[in-house]
Amino acid sequence: MDDVQLDGMLHVAFLRSEHAHARLRGVDVAAARRRPGVVAVYAADDLGDYWQPGPLLVPPPPIPGLVFHACTQVPLVKDKARHVGEPIAMVVAESRYVAEDAVADIVVDVAPLQAVVDLEAALERGAPLVHEHLSSNLAAHVVQEKGDYNAAKATAHRVVQRRFHYDRGISAAIENRAVAARWDARAEELTVWDTTQAPIPIRNGLARMLGLLESQVRVIAPFVGGGFGPKIMMFYPEEVLVPWAAMRLGRPVKWTEDRQENFTATTQERGQVHDAELAVTRDGKILGVKDVFLHDSGAYDSYGLTVPINSQCTLLGPYDVPNYYTEFTAVFTNKTLVTPVRGAGRQHGVFVMERLLDFAARELGIDRLEIRRRNYLAPEAFPFNNEIIFQDSAPLVYDSGDYAPALAQAAQMIGYEQFVREEQPRLRVAGRHVGIGIVSYIEGTGIGPYEGARVTIEPSGEVRVATGVGTQGQGHFTSFAQIVAEVLGVPMERIHVVTGDTREFNWGTGTFASRGAVVAGTACHAAAALVRDKIFAVASRVLQVPQERLELVGGRMMVKDATDGGIELGALAARANPLRGAVRPGTEPGLEATAYYGPDRGSTASGVHAMIVEVDPETAMVEIRRYVVVHDCGRLINPMLVEGQIHGGVAHGIGNAFYEQLVYDDGGQLQNASFMDYLLPTATDVPRVEVAHRETASPLNPIGLKGVGEAGCIPTGAAFAQAVEDALADYGLEITEIPLSPDKLFDLLKKTRPKKRNVVVIDGSFVFQGSREAVYALLQDPEVLGKSLPGAMHLGRTGDGRYDGLMRVGIGPVTAAEFSVSVTLHDQKPPAGYGMIVEGKGGFGFVRGTAQVALADHGDGTEMTYRAEVQVGGTIAGVGQRLLDSVAKRMTRQGLEALNTALAARL
Amino acid sequence: MKPAPFAYHRPETLDEALAVLAAHGGEAKPLAGGQSLIPAMNFRLARPAVLVDLNRITELSGIRQGGDGLHIGAMTRQRAVERDPIVARDAPLLAEAMPFIAHPQIRNRGTVGGSLAHADPAAELPAVMLALDAKLQVRGPAPRGVRSIPAGEFYTGLFETALAPGELLVDVTVPRAAPRSGSAFAEVARRHGDYALAGVAVRVTVDDAGRCREARIALLSVGDGPVLARKAAKAITGESPTPEAIREAADVAAAKDIDPPGDIHASPAYRRQLVAVLVRRTLERAFERARNG
Ligand SMILES: Cc1cc2nc3c(=O)[nH]c(=O)nc-3n(C[C@H](O)[C@H](O)[C@H](O)COP(=O)(O)OP(=O)(O)OC[C@H]3O[C@@H](n4cnc5c(N)ncnc54)[C@H](O)[C@@H]3O)c2cc1C
Repeated sequence: MDDVQLDGMLHVAFLRSEHAHARLRGVDVAAARRRPGVVAVYAADDLGDYWQPGPLLVPPPPIPGLVFHACTQVPLVKDKARHVGEPIAMVVAESRYVAEDAVADIVVDVAPLQAVVDLEAALERGAPLVHEHLSSNLAAHVVQEKGDYNAAKATAHRVVQRRFHYDRGISAAIENRAVAARWDARAEELTVWDTTQAPIPIRNGLARMLGLLESQVRVIAPFVGGGFGPKIMMFYPEEVLVPWAAMRLGRPVKWTEDRQENFTATTQERGQVHDAELAVTRDGKILGVKDVFLHDSGAYDSYGLTVPINSQCTLLGPYDVPNYYTEFTAVFTNKTLVTPVRGAGRQHGVFVMERLLDFAARELGIDRLEIRRRNYLAPEAFPFNNEIIFQDSAPLVYDSGDYAPALAQAAQMIGYEQFVREEQPRLRVAGRHVGIGIVSYIEGTGIGPYEGARVTIEPSGEVRVATGVGTQGQGHFTSFAQIVAEVLGVPMERIHVVTGDTREFNWGTGTFASRGAVVAGTACHAAAALVRDKIFAVASRVLQVPQERLELVGGRMMVKDATDGGIELGALAARANPLRGAVRPGTEPGLEATAYYGPDRGSTASGVHAMIVEVDPETAMVEIRRYVVVHDCGRLINPMLVEGQIHGGVAHGIGNAFYEQLVYDDGGQLQNASFMDYLLPTATDVPRVEVAHRETASPLNPIGLKGVGEAGCIPTGAAFAQAVEDALADYGLEITEIPLSPDKLFDLLKKTRPKKRNVVVIDGSFVFQGSREAVYALLQDPEVLGKSLPGAMHLGRTGDGRYDGLMRVGIGPVTAAEFSVSVTLHDQKPPAGYGMIVEGKGGFGFVRGTAQVALADHGDGTEMTYRAEVQVGGTIAGVGQRLLDSVAKRMTRQGLEALNTALAARL
Repeated sequence: MKPAPFAYHRPETLDEALAVLAAHGGEAKPLAGGQSLIPAMNFRLARPAVLVDLNRITELSGIRQGGDGLHIGAMTRQRAVERDPIVARDAPLLAEAMPFIAHPQIRNRGTVGGSLAHADPAAELPAVMLALDAKLQVRGPAPRGVRSIPAGEFYTGLFETALAPGELLVDVTVPRAAPRSGSAFAEVARRHGDYALAGVAVRVTVDDAGRCREARIALLSVGDGPVLARKAAKAITGESPTPEAIREAADVAAAKDIDPPGDIHASPAYRRQLVAVLVRRTLERAFERARNG
């Protein structure tokens, strides 16, 4: 999108909420409007009727008893901000620099509200409400059942029961989101360049919102650097506002998301908490599974229930599970919206099922591979109906699969038997901790509704292929060209593929759910086949030879057995578009055809991942030494592209397993909103991935395709947990949580209960010279109290126990900035102690500290014990977290020393 | 993520740079490799009104051996130090630590002086200089002029150094190591190139009998700045560096020399554990090298 540079283009920056949950009392944009170079500033009220909540993108499937409360996001906050990063005002200026300067000029008046962060706390009675028109934070409740789990459980030899936590993260595409728009007043045409994965739905929606005909809006989704889900078709606020501003201002307008915005303004995927149980026979046959889980929806649920339904459906895996009870509650929280990110909830389900099987195998004394083998669906079981509803609203029916050979192949490739029998025992004796993990999974891919393609042979002989999906690096230009080349017998290099331009192709949905190759690819195949029919028909007419005697060879129609003659496809295309004579009834001009493919349901890919890890229990660091993938996505169009998808997916999965995690504090602040603290695995952290393919064709489409876009990252967490646990077998620990980190592993190794890491706690004690009464009295003195706040410039008493003032704080690289502070003392019990709330607001965010202070006699002096929790918001919260603890400690120490000096002088 | 407006100067000489800095008082900031300063400016956390770019000042970069030790100019790129044969020979601890700083791209641009002046508590160079007992040469406008500050006194707090406004770090001098010295560096970082969760730079000297004569154990990422583990050094000094003695010193370092912070990547308890392990491992290697060298 950086290449989209238009004459006279204006640039946009957004003022975004620093608070996760806050009532908006007012937005003053006057100063921003006055800044030279600023063209317009808009707050919610400036949008007039254009201010509308966004559409519900994916309505929930028809599941009996389903509860769903649709609350969709708004373009700009009007009354209440519901997550950090939600846009409040939009600045349009001559440059991005000026736009950002002007953002800093805007004054917002907000009343912070308690944030809803924890899933279980969110559902408690009396919890603050994300959406006040609802009676609770419940966004959805869904139960699906197959068979009778309780009856099955009653006959079980063993029931394995655990609680699992599975968290995901951001998509972290190399290219962030961007939107540019140009309104051509003379042509009455709006052109929008958008990083969307779904240009046609965006075109349709924008036309409706802006009161234009669909033909007046052209959306171009250029070849962008990565999508991974969050770029699907959100009707993000920026996506809705930039075209509107371009029309109003009559100048091209562009907004490019920066990385800081991406962390809070682009949708993410996050945590689920599962209480799951597995009922098994003595020999490890699955009798049934029960799973009840909570799902974090974030602040709005515009994308419906795709993610949690994927979790509940993918949990079943390649196994024969005769009885299944699955129930989930989706919860609104004051966090960024949750929508599919590569894998889209599938990894959560796979993790639960694979871990349950691991624990069952251990408890029953069965080998990990054996328990899986005993439960795989047999190759003749397909099509297999799981009797529940999938994300596409169709019954979850597997089309085909052949699971046991994939497991055997993966085991053989990684040397499972040899590792478990020889290598691991040998290394264990030498004090080394190596482990192996091997897991299975399925992936529902290639769902509807449909895609289309148009194939055209030009008189030059070049072939154009157009389809409506967007492209973000998947290799569509190669794979679609291959499909068409094969049908038409034309060399690949003569095929020109266009994706993601609504002017080129008018109908379709988009790139998501591992469906590009399956659905758009099949449409390309169908369109090419129609063109091929036309070729034969026209050639038969032109060459005066019956079709059965013709053949298509190397881009030329030939009469069978003839060594020369025939006609080039280009020449045939020219003949099919007569300048004289007529297009006959029942035929169309040109060698062109459009076709659509809309599968009733998706095709089910599958695979096995295996890895070997080594753990250093002293440092809790884990190294992945080998990684093997055996994958089956039906017929391969292009093995190299499939491998690329798998390699990238595994990197994503390794990130999910051990590096990436979105850490929110109790105030809903994302604490690692930069790549300094949000750890993406790099080239040095991802091992070489060894891939083998199996090809169990899908019966659902003529080529036999299944999707592969998400496969690589789905089972990685489960494999990693199993491998690390295996490496640390002598510690007898269980891993029921992903992502793991060295820090969490350290807690598991030490069997310490993990402490909360997301708040800064300062506690300690300090001895002052002087009696309790004297110390207490002096602490009420604004001047003395001011000394306890390093950097305070002046503090005045503004009410009983309330003090307001200014302070100037800067640490190291952070330039000193002014903060307004207010201190409130409460629960005052002279001379025993009091509670204190300190709130500061300034240039780079806000600080809120709550403290309990107790005074006790200590010899001649007084011992003050204190415990404070500090929360920060804004930029400093997202990027400064590594230093918060040290800064808090330092400021406390400085404050106490200054207090002591002040007290000593007064006493 | 665009910086707030600032004025930009690019002096050609050190004197000129000092003059510009003096003219703007505390409002001006020197720009070295920009690998820490520019990101902070893009986040608008740092908002210097004036930038004084040091990159044209050739007299500030270079590595040379002098009578009092190895001199490294403040503007010498980290990558140049990493690849320098004199550094490898005369300051092997420094050579060993360099690859742990960030990534090659960043070391190509980042400078020794920038890292030392930035005083990030998790940075490698401050701890290495502390272990090596290096001297930092600082120049400011008269009357202060030139000062030489031992690394142990240079770091005064969180991101705080003895540099006064208007002063520039110009050179760091690593004194020649005593005979029978050995050193070692180790750290644990989440990914290669990340700021470490904890790290250790040690240099030890042994006597004829192989006993520890001196140990300088510098820790990073466990305090407000680089931390010299004095109690651990005391525990091992005069001792034969047996595995038990080393382990004991390492445990002292973890238990008594530090009060580590906690963050989302590492709790204080985990940091202590890492210090115990890394001090043990580096001391073992350093003594081994001292005995052999
Ligand atoms: C992705 C990434 C990873 C990193 N990882 C690490 C790591 O693992 N370990 C590590 O140690 N560092 C790391 N760094 C920081 C890097 O080493 C920087 O190069 C270094 O901290 C600063 O050096 P610089 O030359 O870039 O200084 P600048 O960024 O230009 O300046 C830093 C500060 O020092 C001041 N300054 C610079 N030169 C002088 C001088 N001569 N006199 C007085 N003041 C001066 C500047 O005014 C500024 O305040 C990382 C950086 C990045 C971007």
